[in-house]
Amino acid sequence: MSENNEKCQCQCGCGGKDEREEKLVQIIKDCNYDKSQLMHILNETQNIFGYIPMRAQKIISEELGIPMAEIYGVITFYSRFSLEPKGKYNIAVCLGTACYVKGSQGILDKLKEILGIDVGGITPDGKFSLEATRCIGACGLAPVMTINEEVYGKLDPSMIKDILEKYQ
Amino acid sequence: MKTINEINEIREKTLSEISLRKDINYKGNEKHILVCGGTGCTSSHSDKIISKMNAIIEEKNIENVRVIRTGCFGLCAKGPIIIIRPEDTFYAMAQEEDVEEIFEKHILNGEIVERLLCKDIDGNTVKRLDELNFYKKQKRVVLKNCGMIDPENIDEYIAFDGYKALEKVLTSMTPDDVVNEVKASGLRGRGGAGFPTGLKWEFTKKAVGDQKYVACNADEGDPGAFMDRSVLEGDPHALVEAMAIAAYAVGATKGYVYVRAEYPIAVRRLQRAIDQAREYGLLGKGIFGTEFEFDLEIRLGAGAFVCGEETALMESVEGHRGEPRPRPPFPANKGLFGKPTLLNNVETYANITQIILNGAEWFGSIGTEKSKGTKVFAVGGNINNVGLVEVPMGTTLREIIFDIGGGIPGGREFKAAQTGGPSGGCIPAEHLDTPIDYESLSAIGSMMGSGGLIVMDDTKCMVNIAKFFLDFTVDESCGKCPPCRIGTKRMNEILDRLTNGQGKEGDIEKLEELAKNIKRSSLCGLGQTAPNPVLSTLKYFRDEYEAHIKEKRCPSGECKAMTTVTIDKDKCKGCSLCAKNCPVNAISGELKSPFSIDPDKCIKCGVCIAKCPFKAISRK
Ligand SMILES: Cc1cc2nc3c(=O)[nH]c(=O)nc-3n(C[C@H](O)[C@H](O)[C@H](O)COP(=O)(O)O)c2cc1C
Repeated sequence: MSENNEKCQCQCGCGGKDEREEKLVQIIKDCNYDKSQLMHILNETQNIFGYIPMRAQKIISEELGIPMAEIYGVITFYSRFSLEPKGKYNIAVCLGTACYVKGSQGILDKLKEILGIDVGGITPDGKFSLEATRCIGACGLAPVMTINEEVYGKLDPSMIKDILEKYQ
Repeated sequence: MKTINEINEIREKTLSEISLRKDINYKGNEKHILVCGGTGCTSSHSDKIISKMNAIIEEKNIENVRVIRTGCFGLCAKGPIIIIRPEDTFYAMAQEEDVEEIFEKHILNGEIVERLLCKDIDGNTVKRLDELNFYKKQKRVVLKNCGMIDPENIDEYIAFDGYKALEKVLTSMTPDDVVNEVKASGLRGRGGAGFPTGLKWEFTKKAVGDQKYVACNADEGDPGAFMDRSVLEGDPHALVEAMAIAAYAVGATKGYVYVRAEYPIAVRRLQRAIDQAREYGLLGKGIFGTEFEFDLEIRLGAGAFVCGEETALMESVEGHRGEPRPRPPFPANKGLFGKPTLLNNVETYANITQIILNGAEWFGSIGTEKSKGTKVFAVGGNINNVGLVEVPMGTTLREIIFDIGGGIPGGREFKAAQTGGPSGGCIPAEHLDTPIDYESLSAIGSMMGSGGLIVMDDTKCMVNIAKFFLDFTVDESCGKCPPCRIGTKRMNEILDRLTNGQGKEGDIEKLEELAKNIKRSSLCGLGQTAPNPVLSTLKYFRDEYEAHIKEKRCPSGECKAMTTVTIDKDKCKGCSLCAKNCPVNAISGELKSPFSIDPDKCIKCGVCIAKCPFKAISRK
C-alpha cells in the first residue's frame, strides 16, 4: 500500500517531521495509554488529520498495543471516521427526517449536479467533497447543510450556486 | 472545595444578581439580554449578535446591562431569539445589523423595536414570550433552566436551586430513601422504552459488585430529535447533579456520559460543567464534606445509530465496535467493563433533581395515571413552529401540532405525525386526539420514542417515508444478526420497487411476512422495531401501497418515477423563475413566452411547482 510511505506533504521546511503525528502521540499519552479511550483517540485523529491515515493507525496500534485489524474494525464501524481524506471544503447535507421532509434531497441533487460528484466523492482538484449526514440538530432551519463548520439553513436549490461561489 | 455554607452563600449572592430574570415586577434599573446559544440559533449566527452587543456595551460604557448566552428557548423556527428581561420583550429572527437599533431604542430609551417583534400564527404581534400561543400549553420541568441561565456558569445554576437536591440527598437521605422516592414518583425512562426508572435503580443497587457505574445515554440517534442535546446545551449541571444522586443511590463512584460527536456545543458545555463542578468539589472525593465520592467522564460516539442501544453503547464506551450483546445479563448486573451499571437517558436524569426537591407526590400530580411528568418533543417537518416543546403527559397530538405547533404551513392539510423515529410509526389524522403517553401511543402502532415528532403534510407519500426509514435502518444495522442485516435489506428492496413504479402483486404480503420475522428474531431493539414504520403506514395508508402496486400511481405525487411535471402553456407568463430554480436545468424557454420542461432531465423534485407564482406547473 502506497500510503505506508506517505509523508507529510507540507512545504514548510520541517523536513518531513509531522507535527500532527507528535500531537497524536501526545494525546495517547494524555489518555494514560488506556485502551478503552480508543474512540476518543480516533475522534481526535479524525480532527487532526481530517481522516484517519494508515500511519496514524500504526501509531495508535503501537502505542496502545491494539492490533491493526481491530483498529480498522472500529474505524469502519463508525460513519464519522474516514479512511480517505476529505476535500478542502467538506459539504454535508442533512438527511435527517426533519430536513428530508423539507426537501433536503433536492439540495443534495443540486450539489451533485454542480460539483459533478456523488455522495462520498471529492472534486478532482480536491476542493469539495460531498456527504449526506444524519441530523445535526438544527431542525428549525431545515433543510440544512454544512460546509466545514459553517451551517447554511432554510435552503432551497436556487441558493446553492451562490453559496458555493463564496468558496471559489 | 466548597462547604455547604459556601455554596449557600454563592446561591444567595448570585440569586440577588439574577432574580430579575424571573421577576416581571422588578423595579431596578438593570437589564439582562438573553440570547439563545443553542445549536439552532448559533447556526443562524446568534454568536455574532452577542459579540456585537458586548462591543457596544464596552464602547459606550453602558452599565447595568448584561448579555447572557443561554440554552434553547424552544421556538427554533424564529431564531435567533433575543429576550430582554425583566420586561420579557421577545425579539425574533434578529440579526447582527439589528443590534444597534435594539440598543439605541430599547436599552437606552426604553422603546420597543416593533419591527423585530414576533408575529404569532394567528397574526397577532406579541411583545412578551409568554403571550405566544407556543408557550401556553407547555409546562417546563426538564427545560426549566433552558433559556433562563448561562449554562457555562455554575453559580447561575446554583442560584436557581442547583445542587440543592444533591445536598439534600447526601445530608438527609439514605440510598434506599432515594430509590424509594424515584420509585414512588412513577418516573419512566425517556429514552424510548419507558421502563420504570426507580425499579432500574433498585436492581442496580441490589446487584453485587466491587465497582459500579452510572452511565448516561446522550447518543440521541433518532434523526430529527434534539431534546437531549438541548438539555446538555442549556442546563448541563442538571445532568451532572442527577448522575451524582443516582451514583449515591446505587453505590457507584464513577459515571460516563456517552454523547454523539455531532454535538460539539453540547460536549463543550458539559465538559465545562464537569470541570466547574470538580473545582467546587461537587464532583470528586468527600462531596459536601461527606464520605461520598463520584466523578464523571465524557465518552464520544462517532455516528452509529445502534450505539444508542444500551449494550452496544457499553461496547462503544469500552472502545470497541458498537455491536449489541444478548440480554440477559442486563446492564444492572453486568454492564460497563463487566460491572453493574445504571444506564438512563438524559431527559430521565433531568427530572431527578426536581423529584428530590419537590417530592414524588408533586411529580405524580403531573401527567396521566401510568405516565407521570412531562415529555419533551422536538417538533419538526411540515409545521409552523418548529422547535422544542415540553408538555405534561396526556396532552393530545392535536394540541401539540395545532395549538402549540401552529399547524401546517402553506395552507396544506395534516397527513401524519411520526413519533419514535426509525423504531416508531406514523399516526394519521383520525388519531390526533390520542393523549400522549406510553400505552396510548403503542396501542395505535407507534411509540413514545425519545421525543422526535415529525409532522407531514398531504404532499408526502407514506410508502416513500417508510422507505426513508428503511434506508436508515439498512444503513445503520450493525450486521451482527442476520434477520436485521438481511431482512431489512429485503424489505427495502421491495419498497424501492414500489416507489419506482415496479411493485408486484404480493409485495404487501411479503413485507408483512418479513416484518413479522425480523421483529421476532432480531438480537436487539434496532431490528426488533425496524419494521414498525412499514407496519404502521400499512395499517393506516394501505390504499397508498395498493395504488403504487395496482395502478402504478403515487396518490400524493411524491414518488417521482410515477409522475411527470408539466407547465400549463396557458397559465405560464414566461417569468423564468422556474428555470432559475430548477436544480438540474431541465426547464428552458424564451422570456415572456411559455417555458417547457425536458422530461429526460427532470428529476421531479417539485421545486418549480413551489416557485411558480402563477400556479402554472403541476404534477400528474
Ligand atoms: C436501536 C436503538 C437506539 C436507541 N437509541 C437511544 C438513544 O439515542 N437515546 C436513548 O436514551 N436511548 C436509546 N435507546 C434506548 C436505550 O437502549 C435504553 O433503553 C435507554 O437509554 C435507557 O434509558 P431510560 O430508561 O432512561 O430510557 C435505543 C434503543 C435502541 C434499540
